[in-house]
Amino acid sequence: RVWHCAWDPTGKTLATCSSDKTCRIWAKSAAAGNTWVTVAELEGVHSRTVRQAAWSPCGRLLATASFDASTAVWAQSGSGGTTGEWECVAVVEGHENEVKSCAWSPSGSLLATCGRDKSVWIWEVQPGHDFECVAVLNGHTQDVKQVAWHPAEDALVSVSYDDSIKVWTEDPGGDDWSCAQTLTKEEGGHASTVWCASFEPEPSRHVRGPGGTDSRRLATCSDDRTIAIWRVDDSRGLRLEIDAKFPCGHDRPALSVSWGKCGLIAEGGGDDSVRLFAPPRDAGRGGAGDEVNCVAWHPTDPRCLATASDDGTVRIWSV
Amino acid sequence: MTSTVVASCSRSCFINADPIVHVRRELPKSKRRIRLALETNELLSDPVDAIEVFYHIKNINDPEHPYSLEQLDIVSVENIRVHSEAQFIQVYFTPTVPHCSMATLIGLAIRRKLQESLAGRFKTEVLVFPGSHSSESAVNKQLNDKERVAAALENTNLLEKVNLCLRGNLVL
Repeated sequence: RVWHCAWDPTGKTLATCSSDKTCRIWAKSAAAGNTWVTVAELEGVHSRTVRQAAWSPCGRLLATASFDASTAVWAQSGSGGTTGEWECVAVVEGHENEVKSCAWSPSGSLLATCGRDKSVWIWEVQPGHDFECVAVLNGHTQDVKQVAWHPAEDALVSVSYDDSIKVWTEDPGGDDWSCAQTLTKEEGGHASTVWCASFEPEPSRHVRGPGGTDSRRLATCSDDRTIAIWRVDDSRGLRLEIDAKFPCGHDRPALSVSWGKCGLIAEGGGDDSVRLFAPPRDAGRGGAGDEVNCVAWHPTDPRCLATASDDGTVRIWSV
Repeated sequence: MTSTVVASCSRSCFINADPIVHVRRELPKSKRRIRLALETNELLSDPVDAIEVFYHIKNINDPEHPYSLEQLDIVSVENIRVHSEAQFIQVYFTPTVPHCSMATLIGLAIRRKLQESLAGRFKTEVLVFPGSHSSESAVNKQLNDKERVAAALENTNLLEKVNLCLRGNLVL
């Protein structure tokens, strides 16, 4: 089972995470007829399923979150490219049990992790691959499924088995983190587990924020078979307000969403298909073999999408 | 069910010390193909029906009693729905008592058994029979969260318990 896939910031390589305890890095090989081949296998560190991987914004570090309660940080030796050897440079520990997700802040100076112990941890990256915990955020009452940083600011969104979405921001003093907002069914949110959150890459011209400025949006998907779209008010330390909620189009859990630069939201889930939405309208679908655990738009090619599935495959789509 | 007997249990630490035990069902003659498939471990080519699903799970052992899920009336043919066009199976099971703390373990064993027997050809939903458990929605949510199920089955202690349930006698 492939649980997750993540493009590096240049889009030249793709990291995939599996229940076989490894993370593989893939690149297109001219020698192999322009097909995708494994260029590195990150193994021997995690003793259980690797659930998610996240590239640092500079593309030089890769963090992997595992059911073994740890998050490993990997770096490529040498000058980089797709040929250097990867080695584990740090193992970040603190969670009581399964780590479900990890994400780097846009500056690359912070790493967030979350897991089944209901907490979200924020780590500061110190020189020499040292990670110092700067905050342990409690507030969710259940398993935290995913963390996602705002693309431009140090503000974090977490989604949970407790059906809620929480927004975490740094206090004005700059020393502590706290929950700025909790979004439940009452605020227009979800009625079951929220699996994934994905920010709109660019502020949208169609959506006006306060003072007439363009406003960014956030998509979340859930076990309740819906996708919710939230308007993000950046000016007030990231406040979310429900914009739309619509069915994901099938009667199975919606496990992953990715908001692409082309303006489309890709959704993958339990019904073995990948669906594309031009919010809030259904735009098309394609067969994916088995349950889709992750959808990820290419960082630079707006028409390229990667998906990871239960049948052990990773597919790269041209939209 | 044709007849029932009451089993007496001396151990009082059981969640349900005196469960009602039902007789095992005879396999209908028309279902000989299922017997053959179970014995030879082969996959059936004809469409899966509720009776076949039932025969895959009926001999799972209860986690605390030396009886099968069929004998304790936890699973029955009537409470299995097969939506063949959608390749989707729903198994409703009935815990012996509404506060049964073994409910998730029983559900996990059913999930595991169906995973093995149907080799991923079907999506499965394992649910407690409506109204039969005090934490029905919590149990259902947990049993149908694929991530938590995957994590649970990686837990050696839990996997051992599940495997004990699955090692029940294969009596047809």
